[in-house]
Amino acid sequence: MESLSIGKSVSELHELLVNKNISATELTKAYIDRIQAVDPDLQAYLTVLEDQALTQAAEVDQRIAQGEVLGALEGIPMALKDNMCTEGVRTSCASKMLENFIPPYNATVTDRLRTAGTILLGKVNMDEFAMGSSTENSYFTKTRNPWNLEYVPGGSSGGAAVAVAADEAAFSLGSDTGGSIRQPAAFCGVVGMKPTYGAVSRYGLIAYASSLDQIGPLTKTVRDNALVMNAIAGYDPLDSTSVPQDKPDYTKFLVNDIKGLKIGFPREYFGEGIDPDVARGIQASIQTLINLGAEVAECSLPHTEYAIPAYYLIATAEASSNLARYDGVRYGFRAEADDVLGMFRQTRAEGFGPEVKRRIMLGTYALSSGYYDAYYLKAQKVRTLIKQDFDRAFEKFDILLSPAAPTPAFKFGEKVADPLAMYLSDITTVPINLAGIPAISIPAGFVNGLPIGLQLMGKALDEGTLYRAAYTFEQNTQYHTLKPNLAREVLTCGSR
Amino acid sequence: MVVADKYEMVCGLEVHVELQTKTKIFCGCTTEFGGEQNTHVCPVCLGMPGALPVLNREVVNYAIKAGLALDCEIAEFSKFDRKNYFYPDLSKNYQTSQFDLPICIKGGLEIEVEGDKKWIGITRAHMEEDAGKLVHSGETITTSNESSVDYNRAGVPLLEIVSEPDMRSIPEVLAYLEKLVQILEYTEVSDCRLEQGSVRFDVNVSLRPIGATTLGTRTETKNLNSFSSVRRCMEYEVARQARVLEAGEKVVQETRTWDEGQGITLSLRSKEEAHDYRYFPEPDLVPLVIDREWVEKIRKTLPELPAARRARLQTLGLSAYDAGVITQAKDMADFFDAALSCGGDAKTLANWVMGDFTRLLNTNQCSVADSPISAKQLAELLTLIDKGTLSGKIAKSVLEQMYSTSKDPSRIVKEKGLAQISDEGALLGIIDGVIAANPQSVEDYRAGKDRAIGFLVGQIMKATKGQANPGLVNQLLKEKLSS
Repeated sequence: MESLSIGKSVSELHELLVNKNISATELTKAYIDRIQAVDPDLQAYLTVLEDQALTQAAEVDQRIAQGEVLGALEGIPMALKDNMCTEGVRTSCASKMLENFIPPYNATVTDRLRTAGTILLGKVNMDEFAMGSSTENSYFTKTRNPWNLEYVPGGSSGGAAVAVAADEAAFSLGSDTGGSIRQPAAFCGVVGMKPTYGAVSRYGLIAYASSLDQIGPLTKTVRDNALVMNAIAGYDPLDSTSVPQDKPDYTKFLVNDIKGLKIGFPREYFGEGIDPDVARGIQASIQTLINLGAEVAECSLPHTEYAIPAYYLIATAEASSNLARYDGVRYGFRAEADDVLGMFRQTRAEGFGPEVKRRIMLGTYALSSGYYDAYYLKAQKVRTLIKQDFDRAFEKFDILLSPAAPTPAFKFGEKVADPLAMYLSDITTVPINLAGIPAISIPAGFVNGLPIGLQLMGKALDEGTLYRAAYTFEQNTQYHTLKPNLAREVLTCGSR
Repeated sequence: MVVADKYEMVCGLEVHVELQTKTKIFCGCTTEFGGEQNTHVCPVCLGMPGALPVLNREVVNYAIKAGLALDCEIAEFSKFDRKNYFYPDLSKNYQTSQFDLPICIKGGLEIEVEGDKKWIGITRAHMEEDAGKLVHSGETITTSNESSVDYNRAGVPLLEIVSEPDMRSIPEVLAYLEKLVQILEYTEVSDCRLEQGSVRFDVNVSLRPIGATTLGTRTETKNLNSFSSVRRCMEYEVARQARVLEAGEKVVQETRTWDEGQGITLSLRSKEEAHDYRYFPEPDLVPLVIDREWVEKIRKTLPELPAARRARLQTLGLSAYDAGVITQAKDMADFFDAALSCGGDAKTLANWVMGDFTRLLNTNQCSVADSPISAKQLAELLTLIDKGTLSGKIAKSVLEQMYSTSKDPSRIVKEKGLAQISDEGALLGIIDGVIAANPQSVEDYRAGKDRAIGFLVGQIMKATKGQANPGLVNQLLKEKLSS
C-alpha cells in the first residue's frame, strides 16, 4: 500500500481515495509506518498521534462508504508545527516551558483543517518559540535535513519542511515570522507559502512576533499549496488582524502561462552574502521564466540593508511582551522558589532556552524608557520605508523574485556560536514580513546535492499571481519531482 | 485650602471605573461580579498561548457616552497599547490599555463648593482591561502561606478618567468625585458600586507655598475605594507633606499605598524604582477609528444630565436646593419625573418625595429602584389630597400602607373608609354636638380667647377619627360661633 501512496501529492492522493484505490485508514497507516521507519533518523515529529489519526481516518472511510462527495483535503494525512494549538494534544512550541502544555482549544487553522476532513498525524519540531533558522533551538531534538543528515533542515519550521520532503506527511503547516516557512522549504526542496499578513487567522498560533507571524502551507506541489490555502485562509472574527474579505479559490490561478508577466529582481537580494552557486541557480531560474514569456528586469529595494536590524528590533520587542505570560502561574513549567518573584525568575531561567532569552533581553532593551525612540520607533519607521520600497516596485512589476535563502542548508553547529551570522541569513526573507506581503519558495535546483529555493514576492493579497508564476515554473521544471535519497533500508518502502 | 498657614494643596485624580457591559472588553466572558473563582474565564482572559483579543464594541460605545457626558472630545483615531509589568493577577503580564492616543480627551465638569462654582479639567479618559484578584489564605500577602488568583475580574472593561491638577481643597476633591460618579451613574455606563470595587481612585497630591506658580513634588496614593478613604488619605498626606516641608526636607516623588486600618499612607516605590512599563502599540488589535456618525449616534442616547435636569426642575418652581436633592441620584430624579408626568404640582410633589417618601425608604433601607410604591401611585395619592378626599395627615398613613402593601391609595382609602368628611351636613351635626358639649370653650372664644377654637377643632377631629376636612371644619365652626 505504501508504494501506492507515499510520495504522492495531495491531489494524487485525493484521486486514489475518490477511486477507492486506497482507504483513508490504509493511507494513514502507510504514513504512520513511514514515520516509524524514517523519523528515528530525521526527528521531524515531536508527537505522533497514531490512535487519533486512525480514528479520524475511520470517520472519513465511513463517509466514503456512505457515498459522500469527498472534499479536496478529506482523508489527507498532515502535520502541524508544534506552535499551533490542538485541543487535547500537547502543543509545546519545542520549549521546556510548554513541555506538558495541553491546550483546551484549537487554533483556527486546526479547526479549519479538521472541518476539511484532514487527518492530523502529529506535531512537528521547530526552533523554540519559532526563534531560529535551523531548528537547532528546539528543546527536544535536532531535526535533520533528509537530503543530507549532517545538514540542518532550516527553521524555524524545520519539522514541517522535513515531514513533507521525506514523505512523513502529505502536507504540513508552518509559521513564518521572518522566513520560517520559506527558508526551510528551500533547504528541504518543498513548496512553502508565507501568505499576506492577515490572510490566515493567527488565533491559536502561539505568538512570537504578533505583527509579523503568519501561518502558511508547506507542500510537495504548487497545486497542493493552493488547495491547503483554500482550506485555511479567510476572515476569522477571533483574529482582529485577519483581513475581512472573501478569499478567492486559489486553484483558479493555477494556469501554465506567464506570458507578459512583469517580474523584477531586486539587485539588493543578489549582493554580498549570497552564495555564488545559489546566485547562479537563481539566474538559471530567471532564464527559465524569460523563456516562458515573462518580462524580467532588475529593480531596487533601496532600504533592504536596514531590514535585518529593523526586524530584530520589532520582532524581539513584541516577543519580549508576548512571552511574558510564561511565568509558571497558570500553565506550563513552574520552578519552585521561596516567593512569587523568585518563582517567576526561576521558572523563566529554567524554562526558556538561550536563544529565547537572548531575544527577550534584546526586545526588553529596545522598548525600555530612554531607548524606545532610538530603537523600536526607528525600526517602525524603517519598516514603513521598506513597505514603500515594495509599493514602488509593484508599480512596475507584477511580482519580484530572489533566492529564498542566501545559501543552501548549512551544517549542524555551523552558525550556533555566531548568532549574528544566523540572523544575517534571513536577509532575503525578513523584508517580506516587515512589508506584510505574500511570498512563496519553490524548488529551483541543487547546490552540492542540497536543494535551493526560488522566492517569488507578490502584492498584498495577491497570492494568486504567485501561484500562477510558481505553477508555471514548476510545470516547466523537474526539481520538485526529485526526492531525497534516504537510507537504502528506508527507501525499500518505495517512494517512487 | 491653606495648610500650616503657608501652603496651598494641589490635587489631581485618576479614577478607574468598571463599565457595566455584559461581557468583557476582549472576550465573551460575563462581567458579572462574584461567581465561584475562575468560572468567568476563557483562553483569552486567562492569557493562554495563542489566544487573541477582540475589542468589544459595546465598551467603545460606553466610553464614547461617558466621554460626551464629561464634555470630552472623542478622538477620531485612537489605539491600544501594551503596558508591560509582571504581577500574578495580570494573566499576560501586560495590561492592554491606551497610552498616547486615548479615546476621550480635553473634557471637564463643574463643581460647586459652598456656593462657589469651579471647572475641573479632565485631561483624558481611556479604555483598558481590569486585572484578576489575588486571594490570600491569611489576612495579608505577608502573613499568608499561599495565595491563589481569581481571574473572573480579568478583562472587565475599565475607563480610567484622569483629571487636571485643578483641585485645591479636600471639599473640592470630594465634590469632583461626587459629581463624576453622579454623571457616570446618570449615563448608566457604570453602576459605580464602590463597595464591590467597581470604582477605584488614585490621588495625586502636592503642596506649594501660597502664591507659587510651579507645582510642588507630588505623591500618588493608589487604589482607594471609597470617598471616606480619599478624604482621610488626603488629610493624612497633606499633613505629612506639610511636616516634611516644615522640617526643611523635600517631599519624595513616589507611589504610596493607603493603610485603611492604621489610617496612614506608606511608601510603595520611589521614582527611581518606578516601573518601566515599556508601552508599545498592541499588535493584536487594529487602531480604533471612530467616525462622527458613530459619535452622534451615541450622543442621541445621552440622558438629560444632572445640571440640565436641575435647571429644568427649578423652572418648575423648585428651589435650587430641592432640585439638587432630587437630581442627586438618577433613580430619584427619574421617579420624580415619572410622578410629575401623571399631573399635579411640582413643588408639592417635591416635598412629598424628599420628605415622607424618602423617609420611608430610608427607614426600610430600600432603594428608589426597589420601592414598593410606584411613581404613579404617589401621584395618585397627591391627587386625592388635592381633591379633598384625604387630609395631609391621613395621607401620610396611607403612604405607609402603600409601602407595606403596594396597593393603590384609592383602594386603601376605600377598604379602610379613610375618605375625608367634606359633607357640610354631616360636619354641621358633629359641630353642633361639640358646641353643645363644651359651653366653657365657646364662652372663652366669644370672650376673645382665640386659642379656644383649636380645642374645639380638636374635639371635632377626634369625633371623626381625623377624617374631617380641617379647612371646612374651621370655616363652619367659625360661622357657627359668630352667628
